[in-house]
Amino acid sequence: MPVKTYREAINEALRQSMREDPTVIVLGEEVSGGAGCDGDRDAYGGVMGVTKGLFPEFGEARVIDTPITESAIIGAAAGAAQTGLRPVAELMFMDFFGVCFDQIYNQAAKFHYMFGGKSSCPMVIRCTTGAGWSAGAQHSQNLTNMVTMVPGLKVVCPTNAYDAKGLMIQAIKDNDCVIFVEDKILYDTSCEVPDEMYAIPFGEANFYREGTDVTVVGISNPMHKVLAVVDRLEKEGITCDVIDPRTTSPLDEEAILESVETTGRLVIVDEMTPRCGMAADISSIVAEKAFGSLRAPIRKVTAAHTPVPFAPNLEQAWMPKEVEIEAAIRDVLAYNGGV
Amino acid sequence: MPLNKEEFLKAYRSMRTIRDFEDKISAEFMKGNIPGFLHLYSGQEASGVGISELLSDEDYVISTHRGHGHCIAKGADVGGMMKEIMGKQGGICDGKGGSMHIADFDKGMLGANAIVGGGPPLIVGAALSAKTLGNGRVGVAFGGDGSSNQGTTFEAMNLAVVLQLPAIFFFENNGYGEGTHASYAVGAKSIAKRAEAFGMPSFEVDGTDLFAVIEVCEKALKHCRDGKGPVTIEATVPRFKGHFEGDPQKYRGDTEIERLMADEDCLVIARVAAKKKKLATDAELDQIDAEVAELMNQVTEAALAAPVPELSELYDNVYSSEY
Repeated sequence: MPVKTYREAINEALRQSMREDPTVIVLGEEVSGGAGCDGDRDAYGGVMGVTKGLFPEFGEARVIDTPITESAIIGAAAGAAQTGLRPVAELMFMDFFGVCFDQIYNQAAKFHYMFGGKSSCPMVIRCTTGAGWSAGAQHSQNLTNMVTMVPGLKVVCPTNAYDAKGLMIQAIKDNDCVIFVEDKILYDTSCEVPDEMYAIPFGEANFYREGTDVTVVGISNPMHKVLAVVDRLEKEGITCDVIDPRTTSPLDEEAILESVETTGRLVIVDEMTPRCGMAADISSIVAEKAFGSLRAPIRKVTAAHTPVPFAPNLEQAWMPKEVEIEAAIRDVLAYNGGV
Repeated sequence: MPLNKEEFLKAYRSMRTIRDFEDKISAEFMKGNIPGFLHLYSGQEASGVGISELLSDEDYVISTHRGHGHCIAKGADVGGMMKEIMGKQGGICDGKGGSMHIADFDKGMLGANAIVGGGPPLIVGAALSAKTLGNGRVGVAFGGDGSSNQGTTFEAMNLAVVLQLPAIFFFENNGYGEGTHASYAVGAKSIAKRAEAFGMPSFEVDGTDLFAVIEVCEKALKHCRDGKGPVTIEATVPRFKGHFEGDPQKYRGDTEIERLMADEDCLVIARVAAKKKKLATDAELDQIDAEVAELMNQVTEAALAAPVPELSELYDNVYSSEY
């Protein structure tokens, strides 16, 4: 099977979906790049190069470069979704949700409910997250939690190229507004990705590893730190269920609860701030629904409760770290009932 | 094209329906039969009806929190609207929307919008669909002097120009953004002239004059339908009621509302003009008034008698696809 990067996998999903369905359009800042300039017309393909090559194939009617105008991008996508298109809007950095959040949570998310099921909003909002590039406090945040809490939105956060392609194809087919969270640290990671189109349903977790001692849930990029730790611990005979929910809304609660019923121990890792993040949310679900199965307190490994700092050493300190993940796993294993 | 008799009578009926609908829900609100907030369109009828008479069910409009008039002008079922506003079964949005989110997608009415400036970016999307699909439709975003100052509106106007979309930004300047006057809040003073700076033509019109509104809208729609990009219209209209029902309106002049109702009532103005143009007789218009009054009684009684939504509907329609 061919090996493709996370970036190539998303590009392929977009290209194949656009070939299959003429109502799929892509719009955003520099989704081709070079509009009105003297040089290359497909200069960028999005700031991360994910939409590169779509413009030459589909033209300016379907690959639409916009001004820097996030409210109008998302509003136009939502209005177009209500009236016959399937737009995929690129918002560059998830941090920019702040300048267009009304169009996301008050408009796109609510059409179907507020209008009695008579309108729908089949659109995808692509955005990037992830610290580690010293991109600073306004280009590094993971705000997955802020959209997961909104009824009417679906939230997808793939951690590998295979999932990214299948989930993007599903997102475009879906009739609701889907927030597609791409971790920019993962764009150059690769794995086997089939050439043909395939869709991964939302709300179905992926088990990266299966084990019996601890359940470890990872969201977005920190999953790869989890895997490094878990693979080391396996050599000591400690085995873990490693669960990637793949979508935080809908969330595959059943997979997490069933695993905790077996292991009795839960560590959750994300790159959000600790209050009201995904780790806090999953923690509350398990505490409420599987309390009787728990043999140790739930442990969260998250980012620090600060803005993302710029200096590389501070940024590394801000992020969840392998050493913290390992310590959390060892802690829940060593817990002896608090006596 | 000047209105013929049949077209005028249709427009007059639509204006009268809006006025009576608003009066009826005002009365029912006072009796405690309507939950939530009401923002009434009374006084502004000629502008919404004027443009809507030139639109088909396939053309799109998006409205504001003051949206009942646009919904009726676009041809929505007033019975379903009354039930919606009362939060009853059979409401046009199943009782999930209410006054501020009233909509009728079969009529191209994409919804009232309770976020000031929320609509213009969405109509850009509707116009983008029209252009991409090549179906010849146009999108009209109604807004007020209040929404004319919102950043989302500016972004929408710019993007519509950049992409040359068939969109009309239709500002009904009723003088008030809630309780602040447009002469204070609109820095440029003229919403229409400010729009021209975005790179689109604009028109100013007396929004109390149905005939003048239609004349201007014909030009604006031709521009859009000819593929020449967006247009702005600023219609000056009176607001007969408060920002919301129950607004004590202490910010308004002592005799201002009485004067506006005496001098700037678009229904009276339309009647006088129609007689002069020999488009209708008093008897014909009186009959329409009587028929509309009867219809309002019927839909009000039906809505009052309708059951409230089933509690089981609470979780319906959060998502379109499986969740």
